[in-house]
Amino acid sequence: MAFSNGYPFTQRHCLSISQFSRPDIETLLTLGEHYLDLSVQKSGESKVLTGKTLINLFFENSTRTEKSFEVAGRRLGADVIGMAVAHSSVKKGETLLDTAATLNAMNPDMLVVRHGTSGAPALLSQKVSGSVINAGDGMHEHPTQALLDALTLRRVIGGDFGGLRIAICGDILHSRVARSNIQLLNMLGAEVHLIGPPTLIPANVDRWGTNVFHDMETGLQGCDVVMMLRLQLERMSGAFVPSKREYYHYYGLDRTKLAYASSDALVMHPGPMNRGVEISSDIADDPGISLITQQVESGIAIRMAILHALSDARDMQS
Amino acid sequence: MSPCVIRNARVIDPESDRDEQTDILVEDGHIAAIGHGFHTYENDIDATGLIAAPGLVDMRVITGEPGTENCESIASAAKAAAAGGVTTIVIMPDTNPVIDDMSLVNYVQRKGEDTDIKIQVAGALTKGLDGRTLTEIGLMSQEGAVMFSSGATPITNALTMRRILSYSAGFNALVANRAKDPALTHETCVHESDFSARLGLTGAPSIAERIMVERDVALAELTGGRLLIDMISSQEALAVVRRAKMRDVDIACSVSINHLCLNENDIGDYRTFAKLDPPLRDETDRLALLQGVGDGTIDVIVSAHDPRPAGEKRLPFEEASPGAVGLELLLAAGLSQVADNALDLMTYLRAVTLNPADLLDLPQGRLSEGAPADIVLFDPDKPWVVDSDALVSQSNNTPFDDSRLTGKAVVTICDGRVVAHYR
Repeated sequence: MAFSNGYPFTQRHCLSISQFSRPDIETLLTLGEHYLDLSVQKSGESKVLTGKTLINLFFENSTRTEKSFEVAGRRLGADVIGMAVAHSSVKKGETLLDTAATLNAMNPDMLVVRHGTSGAPALLSQKVSGSVINAGDGMHEHPTQALLDALTLRRVIGGDFGGLRIAICGDILHSRVARSNIQLLNMLGAEVHLIGPPTLIPANVDRWGTNVFHDMETGLQGCDVVMMLRLQLERMSGAFVPSKREYYHYYGLDRTKLAYASSDALVMHPGPMNRGVEISSDIADDPGISLITQQVESGIAIRMAILHALSDARDMQS
Repeated sequence: MSPCVIRNARVIDPESDRDEQTDILVEDGHIAAIGHGFHTYENDIDATGLIAAPGLVDMRVITGEPGTENCESIASAAKAAAAGGVTTIVIMPDTNPVIDDMSLVNYVQRKGEDTDIKIQVAGALTKGLDGRTLTEIGLMSQEGAVMFSSGATPITNALTMRRILSYSAGFNALVANRAKDPALTHETCVHESDFSARLGLTGAPSIAERIMVERDVALAELTGGRLLIDMISSQEALAVVRRAKMRDVDIACSVSINHLCLNENDIGDYRTFAKLDPPLRDETDRLALLQGVGDGTIDVIVSAHDPRPAGEKRLPFEEASPGAVGLELLLAAGLSQVADNALDLMTYLRAVTLNPADLLDLPQGRLSEGAPADIVLFDPDKPWVVDSDALVSQSNNTPFDDSRLTGKAVVTICDGRVVAHYR
């Protein structure tokens, strides 16, 4: 079983950041660092999930998260099955719990779930015998993304996030990545700034222990890290903001706006990017400031860590 | 029916403010006298340790008849009501087909006659609840419809609402409209707050309620129509009602028992049984609503009984249907608030008996000589735990499952007949 400071990791599922204690997070990040080493990732000793079955259950289309879990599962020796539910029986009117019952009969050890409605993985977790891993649910959480972001930062900045000022910019309202990141970064001791137009900031968000800004210049002051969020194009056509042009003018990250942050500020993006909408290409592609490629690498390592820790915890309990 | 005497009860009557240990003589389905020294009859009821109050009048009950009898029939709703000390229920028009003409009013009334309690009917304000076409309010009133309702969605168009209020004023008909702005509540499933934002659920702001209440109060003032603001849930809306009543605008206002007992935190980890419409709001709203009942701003407490099959609740939160059954819990949940000193007993009873009866112009809802003998005997101190599977109702979707409540109906009497008995 995985440990951190003497605290065993005993979680059954990975549904949200809020379910984890600080030592749980430490366990996952330490294990993630271990798996960052490619020679460890690909060695035979990493096959801790041999004989186990992982089902990727994606009710929403995804490329990188699904493939990242698939690679992570395979490198740990698990049998990985992809269920493209977006095109199958769900379309024929089957409910989520019907699907759950069908899958449960196949006895998977792990279920990686992405669903368009908040709380769907939590509902599934009550009805299946395996571990449920939330790969993004509605506007609720995307815990593995937050963990991979933290792992990425740890590689560059080191283990201590205390005093670090991190800005999360863009469509906070609809972003599950932002919700998970806000909680995790708060827990790790960082100061979080949220920046976005008022229509894309949730109600009473100041109660989340963050500072809210509506302009990049003041919001980015002193920030060491700038996390940009993807803005869905349909939200820029007059419903939430008037136009793509106006959005980029005020909230798109370019060299001028980045200059408001600390001089050595780093830039992150969960992908996929809208180049020229929320982020300019020259920043996204500048290896000196952009951590976007490292985020993808960390993604596989942290997912291996999560699968490993959950599997160990289950084996100990059963 | 032979006479009987209810003996040694603490008799509480909100009409006369009576609250004393005494006996009630019941004869021919009516209360013949209240006092001492009555004869002894075979069917006398010893009510020592119990409170005798008027049988509850629940102004907002949804059944599935006609249309979805698998959720609740009129007969099963009547049994659930009797079990909970409710002796009069008003059936909402959102059935399939919608209760929007005389024949359907008559159909429900006839179904009601086969039950042990009193079934009253609310007609739809618009044809098929389409929000546009006025129904035959006059003829349905004549047929016996006691009020008229917009159903689950409000009358959106202000002009339509103006005409409804002004036309119905001619018949002195009570018009109930839901208090929610349709655009601000579109595709929302919870109260808008930092709590719901954290859960990633789209919330309806309290002002969505306030805006509609402001509009309807203004229209009632303009037309002289009798308006019932159907279930408020926020302190913002409460403040509007309070101001309107200070100006003597003739409006009434209801609240569901759920909103007096629960708040948004009861949703917890996406509990769909706590998904209601209007949504459960902040604790400060709940406390304000309790105070609103206390000071008379809120006239009526309803169960908002809304039976739903498991299939509609066992879904992700956003996709699940709102609504909860409440007929069996209206009394117990209210008494629990009384036990917690959050509500005064007399005030609470008035809001579930006399006030709704007066609004609907019904003779029950009071314990006075000559009134119908609709009486509930309850134990105000009985502790019990709600088991949703044990509910009499055909559906068991309640947010109170596993809740500890204080107070329970022991005997329910309708027209002098015992219709439910737990002892």
